[in-house]
Amino acid sequence: MSGNLATVSYIGATILFILSLGGLSNPETSRRGNLYGMIGMTIAVLATVFGPRVTAAGYPWIIGAMVVGGAVGLYAAKVVKMTQMPELVALMHSLVGLAACLVGFASYIDTSHPLTGAEKTIHELEIYVGILIGAVTFSGSLIAFGKLNGKIGGSPLLLPARHWLNLIGLLVVIWFGGEFIKAPSIEAGMTPLIIMTVIALLFGIHMVMAIGGADMPVVVSMLNSYSGWAAAATGFMLSNDLLIVVGALVGSSGAILSYIMCRAMNRNFISVIAGGFGTGGGTPAPKGDAAQPAGEVVPVSATETAELLKDAKSVIIVPGYGMAVAQAQHTVYEITRHLREKGVNIRFGIHPVAGRMPGHMNVLLAEAKVPYDIVMEMDELNDDFPTTDVAMVIGANDIVNPAAQDDPTSPIAGMPVLEVWKAKTSIVMKRSMASGYAGVDNPLFYKENNRMLFGDAKKMLDEVLVALKS
Amino acid sequence: MALTIGVPRETLAGEKRVATVPEVVEKLIKLGFKVAVESGAGDAANCNDDSYRAVGAEVIVGAPALWAASDIVFKMGVPTTGEVGLLREGGTLIGFIWPAQNPELMQQLAAKKATVLAIDSLPRTLSRAQKMDALTSQAGVAGYRAVIEAANAFGRFFNGQITAAGKVPPAKVFIAGAGVAGLAAIGTAASLGAIVRANDTRAEVADQVVSLGGEFVKVDYEEEGSGGGGYAKVMSEGFQQAQREMYAKQAREVDIIITTALIPGKPAPRLITAEMVQSMRPGSVIVDMAAERGGNCELTEPGKSVVKHGVTIVGYTDLASRLAKQSSTLYATNLFRLTEELCKTKDGNIDVNMDDEAIRGLTVVKEGNITWPPPPPKPSAAPPAKPVAAAATPAAKKGGHGHGAASEPMAAGKLAIMFAIAAVLFWFVGANAPQAFLAHFTVFVLACFVGYMVVWNVTPALHTPLMSVTNAISSIICIGALVQIAPPLAGGVPPEPWIRWLAVGGIALTAVNMFGGFAVTQRMLDMFRK
Repeated sequence: MSGNLATVSYIGATILFILSLGGLSNPETSRRGNLYGMIGMTIAVLATVFGPRVTAAGYPWIIGAMVVGGAVGLYAAKVVKMTQMPELVALMHSLVGLAACLVGFASYIDTSHPLTGAEKTIHELEIYVGILIGAVTFSGSLIAFGKLNGKIGGSPLLLPARHWLNLIGLLVVIWFGGEFIKAPSIEAGMTPLIIMTVIALLFGIHMVMAIGGADMPVVVSMLNSYSGWAAAATGFMLSNDLLIVVGALVGSSGAILSYIMCRAMNRNFISVIAGGFGTGGGTPAPKGDAAQPAGEVVPVSATETAELLKDAKSVIIVPGYGMAVAQAQHTVYEITRHLREKGVNIRFGIHPVAGRMPGHMNVLLAEAKVPYDIVMEMDELNDDFPTTDVAMVIGANDIVNPAAQDDPTSPIAGMPVLEVWKAKTSIVMKRSMASGYAGVDNPLFYKENNRMLFGDAKKMLDEVLVALKS
Repeated sequence: MALTIGVPRETLAGEKRVATVPEVVEKLIKLGFKVAVESGAGDAANCNDDSYRAVGAEVIVGAPALWAASDIVFKMGVPTTGEVGLLREGGTLIGFIWPAQNPELMQQLAAKKATVLAIDSLPRTLSRAQKMDALTSQAGVAGYRAVIEAANAFGRFFNGQITAAGKVPPAKVFIAGAGVAGLAAIGTAASLGAIVRANDTRAEVADQVVSLGGEFVKVDYEEEGSGGGGYAKVMSEGFQQAQREMYAKQAREVDIIITTALIPGKPAPRLITAEMVQSMRPGSVIVDMAAERGGNCELTEPGKSVVKHGVTIVGYTDLASRLAKQSSTLYATNLFRLTEELCKTKDGNIDVNMDDEAIRGLTVVKEGNITWPPPPPKPSAAPPAKPVAAAATPAAKKGGHGHGAASEPMAAGKLAIMFAIAAVLFWFVGANAPQAFLAHFTVFVLACFVGYMVVWNVTPALHTPLMSVTNAISSIICIGALVQIAPPLAGGVPPEPWIRWLAVGGIALTAVNMFGGFAVTQRMLDMFRK
């Protein structure tokens, strides 16, 4: 295959990738979007393998690596539980980051295209930046994986003077960048490159460690963005437009998702990255007497919950991370189906940051076969709460906290929330009265029209289902 | 001992409502009270004596006997001097009092050592108090009735129709004031099919107007009209001038005007002048819901429906009473909710707890002492002084699919700074970078924009699949490794084995991602179904 043919194939692949992302905008076209992505990837890989820059000597290596990697990937995709999606995605980001590092190093050692002058400087700068982003993505994603998996605690780790540490790290990286570009030989350049990689790895760890659990959706999408930028930097390094385009697509899409998540939490992107939000720390939550909600908590039993649901004409279910933890989505679906057969208008209200990654709840509900046309976004549903009989909150807390609207001193003030307290009755399913990830007490629990159903979400919902059917 | 709640017959001429209905009597009895109703009290509201008896109320003939038997009296209209005379010494009265307008009445009640809860003095901004808010429930009924009165007086359909007999244009309705009554009127008129426009000096109600199917007409003048406590305030001269022009324009265009503008403690503002009435098309209708307080229209005659310059001007002051059953039921429920608050023990006794903010506001006379006006209420939770928050809320509410539609244009200053920064960056790149880099840079910038445009419309439901597909796509970095594994030999020098191993590692890692990412996306997407 000639060079021109390969280039044309790349253009085709680029278009397919754009169509792929575009297709994902709607459930109807999403499957086709994924197919476009696969075809695009196949074309891109084949065009490269049979293109002018790969000789036959490499084929066995390529096939071997592809088969091994592909088998691992397919196996992981098959066995992963939908509740574990955030972990899987974070882990995969780390692979992209690591690959970017490897390609960067390989590219630096490679002397087959000797460059001089400004071109050499630019090329080395690209390598430097590419490895930097790759390393940050790699270590950051691994930490995110650990946090989502529960292997590392969710609370933010705040080192003293962490902003200064970051700044010093940045300055050191820049200084070694200068050294690296001035280096006369590859051997001499290797030392600053490796030092920089280590600093970048530490920086990635530090950055994600400092971010609280509630901000995880932002982090996951931000790392998604980084993996794209790493690909783009690699593209610059290798003068490959396809990599640049695809990297930029992925990078900007991740950035937009991060922005959407931040807006959903009414938080500034910079302050999320700076970290410290969550259980204790950065913002000392004024949990004084002023914020102490008045009123009493009214617990109910599963049977009473079933009675309330039976009498309701319209029900809104607000799922949160607790539903994912308890694996309760299938029972939720059973209850939904039962009530729908009875003619109850039942809908789901999804907060943009419910769960631990963007769209987490939608995937879980889809897994349990809940039709997506009754799964609504917060904005579509919030006006309907006053006409709703029962709002059932399953394992969510901060996203239904009225303090976000009523209490200007609350750490989550201004965050858009689902206004479940406007429904005639709200039922909150929770294991205990503990506060959510943001560490804020929830006045909703003390409202007159609120009922608390304590216990494990799955177990309680099973009981509710039994009571409904009897 | 269980107290007796007495419900007298309303004495005001034309008053058809009654302070409680049989459905609510049942609930009051469950709270432990005894209920006595004056014979004939509910006749005009389709609740006859037998229906009260059926739910356990005692029916007493004659007002004096009823008042004498009652510990607590539920009333609708402001009590007359005669009625106050009938009130038992030390008794409790709940109903409309309007303490600011009726100082003598307050004195009389105090002399009786009575405890009086004025439902009109409820602190309305307290969200807990909304279930007791009789002003709101009655205004809602009145707003509905105002549209019905307008439809009655109007000679055409409200909705547009295309029939064999020709095309009928929809009626155009303009509603001045979007308080509770105004909003009810907007909803009713819109559901009848009319084109509804509305205006209010409080800009924050625009969203509510739109949500009910109306169109919010702005006055072309900047001023915030919230006067605290959810009421409007008097506006400046400049604003009033601009407002008059807007009303004059609406008067020429619309078929029906419903005015609801009231300012607490002041005569109703004059919004519609005689000239404006003249400029309306013959057959048009004005319903002046502020007639009782002097009217929003210059030509209104309170309590009557008159035709002037070919325009029917309805000035009824008893709109809520004209829908007696409905307004009575709502009012009875309001009073029942209040009783619940007073009787937390459910034993038929009441406790007027002056530490409770809502009850403190309601209580205007406590055991003969005038306790009106109450200390100023705490400011409501969301003061309108925060324009940033106000601007953010509507943006968040608009929503819909994706996010592009919801974002408001950026402020000009911010935009200029961003452009300036971008320009400096581009200049820096252009001044220093070589030709080859610039070509790639062009592609990069354009691709960022394409990504932005494409992803901005993704529905939140698909965020997870989107992330896993972009993750799979980012394994395109594989190509970087592929081209390094066995490049054509340049100058006969074989590449270092190191490179190959790094490249093989890169390919294997990205392959995990590539296959795994697409497969898991497919698995997720297969689950999304209607």
